[in-house]
Amino acid sequence: MFPEFDVKMIWHKETTLPKVDLVVLPGGFSYGDYLRCGAIAAKSPIMKAVKNFYEIGGFIIGICNGFQILTETKILPGALIPNTNQKFICKDQDLVVENNKTFFTSNFEHNRTISIPIAHHDGQYFLNDSEIEELEQNEGIVFKYRDNPNGSIKDIAGVCSKNKRVIGMMPHPERAVDKDLGSVSGLTMFESLITNFLKK
Amino acid sequence: MTVNEKVFKFKVEVILKKGVLDPQGEAIKQSININNLGNILDVKQGKLFELTASSKNREHAVEELEKICSDLLTNSVIEEFKYYEVSE
Repeated sequence: MFPEFDVKMIWHKETTLPKVDLVVLPGGFSYGDYLRCGAIAAKSPIMKAVKNFYEIGGFIIGICNGFQILTETKILPGALIPNTNQKFICKDQDLVVENNKTFFTSNFEHNRTISIPIAHHDGQYFLNDSEIEELEQNEGIVFKYRDNPNGSIKDIAGVCSKNKRVIGMMPHPERAVDKDLGSVSGLTMFESLITNFLKK
Repeated sequence: MTVNEKVFKFKVEVILKKGVLDPQGEAIKQSININNLGNILDVKQGKLFELTASSKNREHAVEELEKICSDLLTNSVIEEFKYYEVSE
């Protein structure tokens, strides 16, 4: 299905990145998520290199805890706070594709509804009013929830940086890559990336 | 700690900024009111940190403390902090 790609796991104590096309910050928990989700991970040694990679125009995706880490490093705007219902929510979630002009989403139709699982306790996206306006103007909202599960402002499920090369999202596209998993919507994201990298 | 350094103790309070939804505070408020413990209009839940610093003087200790507060203990998107020195 995919051409062959090298994948390298980078330990958080590393201080440099090898030559890569894409950095993926996966979900899970980091440093027990003490203090705030992703806050201590954002200060781990490798994150200086990740920030550098962003500054030179590198492509980055942060999923779930990875999204929280990207907001804590200020690579992406906003913050993720506990869900309004104070519960860990784990379910398939309908999303609307708001921006299909990124490397990550170009194979989706604009405004299409897709199903991608969520699994988080701290997924409520927050940004103050003036910054929300700026984010909207920059087409920084990539995915919105249909039937907002966690209280996120403006139903935001995923955002991107001004240069559209960094994306953060609470839903897990990597868990929706096979019919047996219930959805293949996530696969479209990875196919978009491959299409765009091969064009580059 | 070197011979020229002194110990300073601080307490740091971190609280959510106005306008940020605080579901934990809301749940606590409901519990207070349901249990008739008082007539409470609003509850905000925050964090309290106690830091013990070793520094050449108070000014330097405070300078470091402010950096710790803004760089790590709080996320300025959602939180604000205040600190005070304590004797013990």
